[in-house]
Amino acid sequence: MIWNPSCECLSRDELCARQGQELRQLVERVYHDVAFYRGKMQALGLVPEDIRSIEDLSKLPFTTKDDLRDTYPFGLFAVPMDQIVRLHASSGTTGRATVVGYTRKDIQIWSEVVARALAGAMTTSKDMVQVAYGYGLFTGGLGLHYGVEKIGAAVIPISGGNTKRQIQLMRDFGTTVLACTPSYALYLAETLSEMGIARDELRLRVGIFGAEPWTEGMRREIEERLAITALDIYGLSEVIGPGVSCECMERKGLHIQEDHFVPEVIDPTNLSVSEPGRVGELVFTTVTKEGLPLIRYRTRDLTQLDHSPCACGRTSARMQKCLARSDDMLIIRGVNVFPSQIESVLLEIAGVAPHYLLVVEREHNLDIMTLMVEVDEHVFSDKVGQLEAWTKKVHHALESTLGISINVKLVEPKTIERSEGKAKRVLDKRKL
Amino acid sequence: MIIQQLSVFLENRSGRLTEVTAALGDEGINISALCIAETSDFGILRMVVSDAGKAQEVLRGRGFSLSVTQVICLSVSNQPGAVNQALRILSKANISVEYMYAFAVGATAFVMIRTNDIEQSIAVMLENNLTLIPASGLSDC
Repeated sequence: MIWNPSCECLSRDELCARQGQELRQLVERVYHDVAFYRGKMQALGLVPEDIRSIEDLSKLPFTTKDDLRDTYPFGLFAVPMDQIVRLHASSGTTGRATVVGYTRKDIQIWSEVVARALAGAMTTSKDMVQVAYGYGLFTGGLGLHYGVEKIGAAVIPISGGNTKRQIQLMRDFGTTVLACTPSYALYLAETLSEMGIARDELRLRVGIFGAEPWTEGMRREIEERLAITALDIYGLSEVIGPGVSCECMERKGLHIQEDHFVPEVIDPTNLSVSEPGRVGELVFTTVTKEGLPLIRYRTRDLTQLDHSPCACGRTSARMQKCLARSDDMLIIRGVNVFPSQIESVLLEIAGVAPHYLLVVEREHNLDIMTLMVEVDEHVFSDKVGQLEAWTKKVHHALESTLGISINVKLVEPKTIERSEGKAKRVLDKRKL
Repeated sequence: MIIQQLSVFLENRSGRLTEVTAALGDEGINISALCIAETSDFGILRMVVSDAGKAQEVLRGRGFSLSVTQVICLSVSNQPGAVNQALRILSKANISVEYMYAFAVGATAFVMIRTNDIEQSIAVMLENNLTLIPASGLSDC
């Protein structure tokens, strides 16, 4: 089901024309209203008249997370504060949080794009949507919430936590759509069986999961354990929040709401724009936002774009599921390691992904990695020999995939901290 | 003659073993046999208890990972050659022993054995007049 065909099924030419028009207006506005952008454009000798079509986008300067941090809290806002009706902030694991602001129209845009995502998941006013993303400064909860209300479905604003209660309500209210992080979805599945509640007591049909990277293997596990279709939703607060892009039921890439967020993929080493089909860093220009419009914002997420029309009927560009960040990458003994590679190995060997934590330390100038893996009932064996063989198998597979030797340590179930938000997979104890 | 033995995964941290024994004790479950197979990184606690079903529920509820294995309990006289005789009988029948744990008090020795074919082991031992103790014989409750 397509929420807004007049925006989601444009020809590439129509779309580019529309984007070009919005971009001209955007550049005009920020040049005059945002000192930061005026300064950057002047440094490049650019004036708004130099931007005539969407092809001129690559002339404009990039914006980074540091730029947002340096102008904390409201330095990049393009409107006076009395027009701001909402503030959100992202977690900011290092240093200051990133603050974002919305005008009334921005909130409408946000609700619209999330509604498109929900419609892609076949959500209608007959559905009951349980929003277990955190409500608060995090954009997840409220982002989904407004989209659900726009569709006209019933929203259960339960936020995260209180898992047993979540399941009780899921059963008693008859939730049909689940929105939360994929790792929380798996935690719910575990708790479901611990509570002895049968799957057929629930009416779940589909899940919209995001806020953290998750592999196809994890998708299979969620789909099997909860008997639902699991869709990937993507977003970041700086661009608007969840809803920047979302998978349709085809699950062949996430449709980007290009009429609002113009995507580019760049080579992070030289900042040149890549053609569709090449993996690089995802960049967005928010051509319609008023409160905090961003020009060529570097997300640090790695992906590739596909402009071909989807079987669902939408023509909006699709981005590949994000599995790695150009900055989440660890460098261990000179080797680039992405935590997602470890998950794939565990999935291959165990069939399911046990909970794991990668601990990185440095001893006598040498990097040491220890992978702690929880021994759940899929992994456990009565025979010491079998457990040891399993450990060796994982060690060997990691060595051939990553090229480095990682100590594998078996730990008891529930030893690794569970998170109701993004799952923490790496503990880097090195002070680099 | 088949005895249900529970195997519990334990990390090599202090307090893990006592948490298991405390949990079982609190629920009135008695342990009739116990051994720990350890490596430098972890241990597998093997136990025969008075109520295997309840013990599983209790321990799973406390977050332990466990599995159930079938074993047999052989009783021989506490004398030189007694165990050897039993093992030869198994060996002749091409049955391999995965592991055993045993203890002797007074005139009798009790041996818990896991083999690769429990049904066959029972048949062969009974044919050869060896004494097997059933689960009920282990418990005093």
